[in-house]
Amino acid sequence: MESHELTFEPDDRYNAFLAVCKKAPYGKGKLSGIAVAVKDNISTRGIETTCASKILKGYIPPYDAHAVELLRHAGAAIVGKTNMDEFGMGTTTENSAFGPTLNPCDTGRVPGGSSGGSAAAVAGNMVRMALGTDTGGSIRCPAAFCGIVGMKPTYGRVSRYGLIAYANSLEQIGPMARNVSDVSSLLQVIAGKDRHDSTTYDRPYTHTPVSGIKGLKIGLPQEYFGEGVDPRVAGVVKNAIGRLEELGATTVSCSIPSMKFALAAYYVTCACEASSNLARFDGVRYGPGADSKKSWHESFKEVRRAGFGAEVRRRIMLGTFALSSGYYGKYYAKAQVARENVKADFARIFSEVDLIAGPTMPSIAFKLGEKSDPLSMYLSDILTVPANLAGIPAISVPCGKVDTMPVGLQIMGRHFDDERVIDAAYAYEQAVN
Amino acid sequence: MAEDQVIVGLEVHCQLDTKSKLFCGCSTDYRDDGPNTHVCPVCLGLPGAMPSINKRSIEYAMKVAKALNCTVLHESEFSRKNYFYPDLDKAYQITQYDKPLAEGGYLEIESDEGGERRIQLTRIHVEEDPGRLVHMGNAERGKYSLVDYNRAGIPLIEIVSEPDMRSPKEARKFLNKLRATLEYLNVFDSDKEGSLRVDANISIKGNERVEVKNITSYKGVEKALTYEVTRQKNLIRRGQQIERETRHFIESTGITQSSRSKEQEHDYRYFPEPDLRPMQVQSWVDGIVLPELPDARRERFISQYGCSLNHARTLTGELKLANFFETVVAADPKELSALAATWIADTLIGELNYRGMSLDRVDAAGITELMGILRNGTITDKSGIEVLRVMLDQRLNNEPVETPAAIITRLNLGKTTGDNTAIISAIEEAITENPKALEDYRAGKGGALNFLVGQVMKKTRGKADPGELNRMLVEALKKREA
Ligand SMILES: [Zn+2]
Repeated sequence: MESHELTFEPDDRYNAFLAVCKKAPYGKGKLSGIAVAVKDNISTRGIETTCASKILKGYIPPYDAHAVELLRHAGAAIVGKTNMDEFGMGTTTENSAFGPTLNPCDTGRVPGGSSGGSAAAVAGNMVRMALGTDTGGSIRCPAAFCGIVGMKPTYGRVSRYGLIAYANSLEQIGPMARNVSDVSSLLQVIAGKDRHDSTTYDRPYTHTPVSGIKGLKIGLPQEYFGEGVDPRVAGVVKNAIGRLEELGATTVSCSIPSMKFALAAYYVTCACEASSNLARFDGVRYGPGADSKKSWHESFKEVRRAGFGAEVRRRIMLGTFALSSGYYGKYYAKAQVARENVKADFARIFSEVDLIAGPTMPSIAFKLGEKSDPLSMYLSDILTVPANLAGIPAISVPCGKVDTMPVGLQIMGRHFDDERVIDAAYAYEQAVN
Repeated sequence: MAEDQVIVGLEVHCQLDTKSKLFCGCSTDYRDDGPNTHVCPVCLGLPGAMPSINKRSIEYAMKVAKALNCTVLHESEFSRKNYFYPDLDKAYQITQYDKPLAEGGYLEIESDEGGERRIQLTRIHVEEDPGRLVHMGNAERGKYSLVDYNRAGIPLIEIVSEPDMRSPKEARKFLNKLRATLEYLNVFDSDKEGSLRVDANISIKGNERVEVKNITSYKGVEKALTYEVTRQKNLIRRGQQIERETRHFIESTGITQSSRSKEQEHDYRYFPEPDLRPMQVQSWVDGIVLPELPDARRERFISQYGCSLNHARTLTGELKLANFFETVVAADPKELSALAATWIADTLIGELNYRGMSLDRVDAAGITELMGILRNGTITDKSGIEVLRVMLDQRLNNEPVETPAAIITRLNLGKTTGDNTAIISAIEEAITENPKALEDYRAGKGGALNFLVGQVMKKTRGKADPGELNRMLVEALKKREA
């Protein structure tokens, strides 16, 4: 089937790739011969897949993730695996065991994360499209920081089979590209029900974007333009929303009071799930082997201590603690209540509006090393996390610049309204280009 | 309830006999194959692989729930039980925690005092089996251990009883009845090694309870619990406290051993499995058609075949045995049932147990023929047993098999009615060879006659009809007196 070969020898100045396929096979189909980069937490048969972690160094999956299989069926050339924050835990792609990725717009800055490698590969013109994954903003943040388009589809629209789980209940694989049309084309290929992922729905995506936004009502949550958001970023986004109004959309102010607890709910949930997901990395089946002279407990402790980076260890310990007997009710169970509240807030707002818009990130891309304090890094996820908690589709589309750095406009929609979200982004993109 | 009343509750893990594993398509038929040959990304717990529920496993579990009178919950869900062990590929087991498949229910067993006793059930839940470790030495200090994930992901149901059993024997009966029920439902194969594992809670009234883990056989349950009863009663008698603890049953020695206290402090950090949606399967219950279950079949055996309660209980206590009985008598139930019930429930089972032989190897048609011959009275019961033994041994030793008629002819086991010359000469020989017995008989010692009957039987190799022989012997003795 994959009878052709694409030669791929990029000048990877940004450390976007962890693995490169110099001769990438491809076949016939919708994406025939198009170079697609795949984030390194998505399993690719025969290509090393590490999640940017030392603990998976040398792991070559014997199977393709469902989304990758669909890419191959569509004729795409899988040209390499992209850098990321280790296991997706980060907002800068600095938490990679294999060095940070640099932002192609300014190599003194981070590309955002955790899908920073995919964003840099697209923004740096090394590939036309890339797959990222979005747990709390990991596609939209680097898309915004690097000035490309990135989308987190509705939870359940794209199979997660083969995505090395960080926080199962929050994350989705999604498309990244330089324009909305390509994002849409990529989503066409990867969306749909998969019998291997029972959280998927039978909702294939067959849409081609049309720029029709006339008559749509857009909600503007006050929390997206208030405290903690760089006023310059807010300004650029407001101008972009002005363009949408010129195109015939109406806007209305709204509020998501549950956002107060969104970050806490998000970090508790993802830490809990991660502590369980990452427990299997013990050096027995894959990755660097354990010292067989030591006892099993000793050797797996050693493997894990040496194999995981600091941020990963932090979240594993947090999650382990939060799930412990006596604390489950205080943390995990409470986080789920907060999550329900976020869902309820979105449901309420979406009963009155068609879309919600605001900035993707509260600031432009950070300088390398700027977010050394984990808490301040966590806070920068505040505008992307709500869509993951609610499971709704959200896109980031470039909408201007602050200090020569790109700013992303975030558009969110109702569950399975991915088509409308894409149309709105497309309308904006067409209007400004 | 007596002061030293024994209180037992069981947690029974049974492998469901599905074709594929609980969360992937791998075959469950791994026992004859090499290690790690029935595996895939899912049951190896490879990064990124996700479970998807095998509907058939849930149907099987629901059959059990319905047969055991449980309530299937409107919504149930899978949870993760987190702990580190090399046989656990994902470092968590997908099981059910606070929303099991079914709750309540009961199973009726024959109580030690006779009559039926209802053992209440707490819940039934579905979970995946872990892999298996083969230790080269021991787990912590041995040279190394090998892991085989063929078993990983085999569907298990865990049936939890209330502490309603009052003796190790009742626990054994509960287990036998449960096994029979699962077999009748065609969801369980008790012949498969390791298909059943039991954890038992046992206490003496008013004392702490002890959990005994790692019981892997039916007999083991009674053995382990009997050992525990003795151990706990002895401690109490000496005025010592029973410690609340987990103990392991050592099958080879029949004793239980305290586990390291570390294991009791496990915090499994349960939380809902995010890769599976909650199940809403209550509506399937009505569609489940149950086959005839052991109790109903037992009653039918009594009414249809005229079996005694005990024979009916024994015969229906195992699916294969019940089927075997019905096959044997099918040709002529009216004539064969009474005879076959006794011969199968009493004689055949004893002979099989003695040989460690499975019923599968017995040819029902041969037994039907033998029953017919016994029914016609052309051989004695004693010869019948001899024929049966030959039949079993031929099968057991893979020798050419003969029909009962052929065996009777070859061994000349036919009753010697009509031609009594052989018996008459045997009687004469016996009396002549044993003058002491003749003397005793004359002296009126009762045992002498029986002794001589035995001698004649030996000489005629049991083919003489006992009643007839007695009459002839007395006659011959009288003749000598004269
Ligand atoms: Zn499997």
